[in-house]
Amino acid sequence: MASIELRDVRKSYGAADVIKGIDLNVAHGEFCVFVGPSGCGKSTLLRMISGLEDITGGEVVIGGDVVNSIPAADRGLAMVFQSYALYPHMTVRQNLSFGLENINTPKSEIATKIDEVSKMLQIDMLLDRRPKDLSGGQRQRVAIGRAVVREPRVFLFDEPLSNLDAELRVDMRGEIAALHRRLGNTMIYVTHDQVEAMTMADKIAVLRLGELEQFGAPLELYNRPENIFVAGFIGSPKINFVAGRVAEDDRTVLEVATGERMVLPSGGFAQRPGQAVTLGVRPVDLQPVQGGTLTMQVRSVEQLGGESYIYGHLTDATPITLHSPGQTQVNMEETIQIGPINDQLHLFDTETGRTLRMD
Amino acid sequence: MSRIFSFLTATRGKGRLHWTDWVSYGYLLFGVLLMFGPVVWLVLSSFKTPNELDRFPPRFLPYAQDVAEVEGFEEPLLLFTVTEGDLAGQIVAQTRRAAGRAEVVLPDDPENRIRMPAANLEAIEGIAFATENYTSLFERFNFLRFFWNSTFITVMATLIMLLVNSMAAFALSKYQFRGRTAVLLMVVGTLMIPQTVVLVPLFLITFELGMLNSLWGVIIPGAATPTGVFLLRQYMITIPDEILDAARMDKASEWKIFWRIIIPLSAPAIAVLAILAIMWRWNDFLWPLIVLTRSENFTLQLALNSFQGELQTDWPSLLAMTVLTLLPIAAVFMFLQKYIATGIASTGGK
Repeated sequence: MASIELRDVRKSYGAADVIKGIDLNVAHGEFCVFVGPSGCGKSTLLRMISGLEDITGGEVVIGGDVVNSIPAADRGLAMVFQSYALYPHMTVRQNLSFGLENINTPKSEIATKIDEVSKMLQIDMLLDRRPKDLSGGQRQRVAIGRAVVREPRVFLFDEPLSNLDAELRVDMRGEIAALHRRLGNTMIYVTHDQVEAMTMADKIAVLRLGELEQFGAPLELYNRPENIFVAGFIGSPKINFVAGRVAEDDRTVLEVATGERMVLPSGGFAQRPGQAVTLGVRPVDLQPVQGGTLTMQVRSVEQLGGESYIYGHLTDATPITLHSPGQTQVNMEETIQIGPINDQLHLFDTETGRTLRMD
Repeated sequence: MSRIFSFLTATRGKGRLHWTDWVSYGYLLFGVLLMFGPVVWLVLSSFKTPNELDRFPPRFLPYAQDVAEVEGFEEPLLLFTVTEGDLAGQIVAQTRRAAGRAEVVLPDDPENRIRMPAANLEAIEGIAFATENYTSLFERFNFLRFFWNSTFITVMATLIMLLVNSMAAFALSKYQFRGRTAVLLMVVGTLMIPQTVVLVPLFLITFELGMLNSLWGVIIPGAATPTGVFLLRQYMITIPDEILDAARMDKASEWKIFWRIIIPLSAPAIAVLAILAIMWRWNDFLWPLIVLTRSENFTLQLALNSFQGELQTDWPSLLAMTVLTLLPIAAVFMFLQKYIATGIASTGGK
């Protein structure tokens, strides 16, 4: 069992609070992704779990044991670093065996394990090379191999793909996911790329400014964001936000800042008459429709053949993006009517930023 | 070999020499003369006899007068050519010389002694290397003892210094602790104090510790150098912390991280420091002069100094031993000079 539990974990550097009390539960075998903009404390949190960084307050529990005072090496974790952090003066084989030698593994066993892992990661022909003679993707594999070979309880990944080019990143993403399915270990993966988070994770933890904004399965975050930040962070292209106010006379009607009036879905939201709210609509749920309630001035159109993106703004300059399947007839500089095509709307309290969803 | 040749004969002009070729080769030649002239002069002089060394004007190559064994004389006799008189052009051996007159014999006819003015005789000389300058070092002086002392001090002091300095540099570059900056500033601050200023206190401490007249008295006081700590620290800072973190995750102890990660990765800086330390220790004179007073503890530098007396100087021994003293350090430099170039470039030191 290697579940991970964070209980009100805090970290401060002097007066600066970097992690402001995080509670989190990662079950055994889960692939959990920490995602957030840079500076949100996700890497610090990972390093606190690993033991490389001290914990100012709270408890880190791995497999049922509080590990606050246990040194990094004895926590049974392995970490893959952003810069790979391979030992430059050692061959790939020595890089892989270094950790095993440190725990006095017999030579023959080391050889077997390296053989096995290098075959699995397809680095068996690189064993006698040094890191500087490897490509970025190969180094990445070696770094992962170095973590795998020690058979840790939990894998920690600190933005492992950010130094790779786009194409390789997609490949490695698939490989890491496959590795997780194969080994079945608990994995914690830090990234600032929400696409990586959505594609790989069982559970995503969205962090901002040292606080946990939302923790849940990828689609849960996408379909039911708890606040404006999560709604804006998850999903590509970015969700559209329209500022407005609930009509005083009818709480199912939204008075948009442009002066237009728009009907909200009847149930599900706890809005009060006159409340300042922000409406969130994903680009796929907003389409050009005859008699649509909102007026959009089109700035540019991207036709990708199979799908199209339309960029523009409302009459009060609120930026709007539409994403429609197939090819569109809309042209640049045109003014069109748009409206939501389904009930996939999100309503947030503008003041607190929290969702008004009731269930 | 062909690469060296093509490097040394590289020209700018194709086929014929461009004027810049003349200038650059002239300049390089001048540099070679300036650098190697004294060394070549020293080496050639070390093979000269005392008479030849006293000669004025001096000659470039070592010459010695030819001698011959002549029947009836115990010592070999000096050979001359007669320039004037009946025997003009003949080779004679001189048996005696006094007050401007010389007594000579023909080598074939040793019984018949001939007297003539010394001015009529011209010495027959040939190039000869006075190797006895070197052999006497081993016979008359305990050269090997001095050599051993110097080697022992250099090797031990360099090793201890590298160990102490690299450990200090590791702590100062990779650990966060209270007062780290203060320690570093103190270390760098000592760079500003000349050694001569602390000579007396250093002597007193060495004396109190009973290390006077012991080789360790030379080695220990120089075991940690601010230059070395600073140079290594600046280099170790460039080693990414993530590598150390990775090693910690790999269950390596801090001691192991130092030996297996930090030391190999700082090799260029350590090599530079090693070369500097070897040269400094080998050539060091002032401190050994103060600490070592008994001749069996002398280093080569002190032994060289002892050849220079108040009234007379044993030039042949002095020159020969100087050459022998230069050889090891020149060899070390030749083997390690490429590290100096690369190391200094990457440490920013000099």
